[in-house]
Amino acid sequence: MHADTTPARKAAALAAFAGLDREPGVAKPDPILVVDKVVRRFGGLTAVDVDHVEVQRGSITALIGPNGAGKTTFFNQLTGFDSADEGSWAFNGKQLKGVPAHRVARAGMVRTFQLTKALSKLTVMENMRLGAQNQRGENFFRALIPGSWRRQEDEITERAEELLERFKLDAKRDDFAGSLSGGQRKLLEMARALMVGPELVMLDEPMAGVNPALTQSLLGHVKDLREEGMTVLFVEHDMDMVRDISDWVIVMAQGNVIAEGPPDTIMSDPRVIDAYLGAHHDAPMSAEEFEEQLQEAEAELESEIEEKA
Amino acid sequence: MDWNTIFVTTVKASIGLETVVYALAAIGINIQFGYAGLLNFGQAAFLGVAAYGMAVTVATFHLPFWLGILIGLAATIVLAFLLGIPTLRLRADYLAIVTIAAAEIVRLVFRSVKFSSVFGGSDGRQNFSGDFFAMNPYSPGTYGIGPISFNERVTWVLTVGWVLIAITCGLVYLLMKSPWGRVLKAIREDEDAVRSLGKNVFSYKMQALVLGGVVGCLGGFLFALGQASVQPDLFSTEFTFYAYTIVILGGAARVFSPVVGAALFWVLLVFVGNTLSEAVSAGLLPSLFTVNNIGAVRFMLVGLGLMLLLIFRPQGIFGDKREIALDAR
Repeated sequence: MHADTTPARKAAALAAFAGLDREPGVAKPDPILVVDKVVRRFGGLTAVDVDHVEVQRGSITALIGPNGAGKTTFFNQLTGFDSADEGSWAFNGKQLKGVPAHRVARAGMVRTFQLTKALSKLTVMENMRLGAQNQRGENFFRALIPGSWRRQEDEITERAEELLERFKLDAKRDDFAGSLSGGQRKLLEMARALMVGPELVMLDEPMAGVNPALTQSLLGHVKDLREEGMTVLFVEHDMDMVRDISDWVIVMAQGNVIAEGPPDTIMSDPRVIDAYLGAHHDAPMSAEEFEEQLQEAEAELESEIEEKA
Repeated sequence: MDWNTIFVTTVKASIGLETVVYALAAIGINIQFGYAGLLNFGQAAFLGVAAYGMAVTVATFHLPFWLGILIGLAATIVLAFLLGIPTLRLRADYLAIVTIAAAEIVRLVFRSVKFSSVFGGSDGRQNFSGDFFAMNPYSPGTYGIGPISFNERVTWVLTVGWVLIAITCGLVYLLMKSPWGRVLKAIREDEDAVRSLGKNVFSYKMQALVLGGVVGCLGGFLFALGQASVQPDLFSTEFTFYAYTIVILGGAARVFSPVVGAALFWVLLVFVGNTLSEAVSAGLLPSLFTVNNIGAVRFMLVGLGLMLLLIFRPQGIFGDKREIALDAR
């Protein structure tokens, strides 16, 4: 009976992951995004050094890791907001290294931001309309002839109204986006990203700063994206959320992908525990280690005595 | 106190040459700063290269007037690209720094001794407006209502000026109602968000910079033609700052705010200036104020008035208070 309550796409996504290896960079049956040897250095600091990673089409994949693991930097590389020093990545087989952010979005890979970027002095509806692609009226000369873009604008408005209704923002239609609450802004940002018509939605900490009452509705919306056939890759700290909605988890630490796996078992992976809590944080010291430390200390003492003599 | 003279000069200032020139410069700044959020502090240079482009073509090289207009226009567009290409990919402050420096460079080149055979040094250029006034449809005489009237030359310049203002306001209205204007306003709010929605931010910023410059350059042509002369020091940095004051006074990102702002700014300046000088000559003010220093006092008083306006009405005349409230959140 349980299988009936699981939506079809979730079942398909889980089936795709069944029996996959837990190693970082494991090959997926149908990857939408393939990343190879991406490196980003800031001076002497290597923020990102990802050898190989794949994101399965039609799944919800979580990207987790301790603070400073390079998740957001990695996101910025992939979406063209920052340039990678080395490496390559392909979205639907199309190479995206060096492609500017707006072209990445047009290719169907749309992101949201950790700090929500609602366009404050535009109304909610204008925010939504902005997301639509190939607008005739966005050309300078055609903009001067309202007749050339009116009809398309009506179609865009209709689509935006449907999305706003789904995201329960229809009552706020004509309010300034700046007057929305933090959670509503997240919803607006997600809805606006959908106006682009993406294949891969990249959410950077979708739950950060969201009132708990809105969390469930946001989670529901993310799951809906998969049901509509989109792929979701998201960065998140909240492990409950990760367990709840993701089909697969990729773990980053110190710029590297250190483990991958299904959400229910990934947190018990020793590599992940090490990354979050530090290696040997609770392992008892072995007899050999004890002996070694003792000898080191004695040697140090002896050398000090010799120096004084 | 001759209140009649004060009244007449003040009313004339509200539609006079300065108002027209500053309104056009401010409409350009409103496009760049008010709608697209670009800090162009070199608007004076855009007017300057247009005015000099035309004046030098006609006065120095004795070429036709319309070719001069074309060269002025081309010079403005080249300047916009020159300033925009290196800076528009960077943070907003870089454009501000580069434009303010470029405006001074342009002015100093115009007044330099080395190029005085071309630009005429600090005396500038004259004798280029003949063709423009030859097109004047008004026969000699004065035009207006009672004492508020202008001679046929000024009337012609003002007619052209207000027609240009009407056209550019219509253009701005159409553009800002369109999806093109929506992208511009979104860039002002957050350009990364706009990038993430698949818009080429650099291209839109460039379009705004060029458009604002071209509107400003119309003001440059009128400035030169209205005075039948160009001098480098007309295009100094305070010109740009007055234009910014006008935009903020009217309320940024409103179609008519630069026009009303310009009229109000010049009405205030002329009214306060004339009232002060009349009061001094009538001996109504303490001896501290003399004919020589009231010019400075005038700017102090107008500055004070503008500060009060911005404290009590920060959104400007046409602005929406709700928008200002959003910034405080």
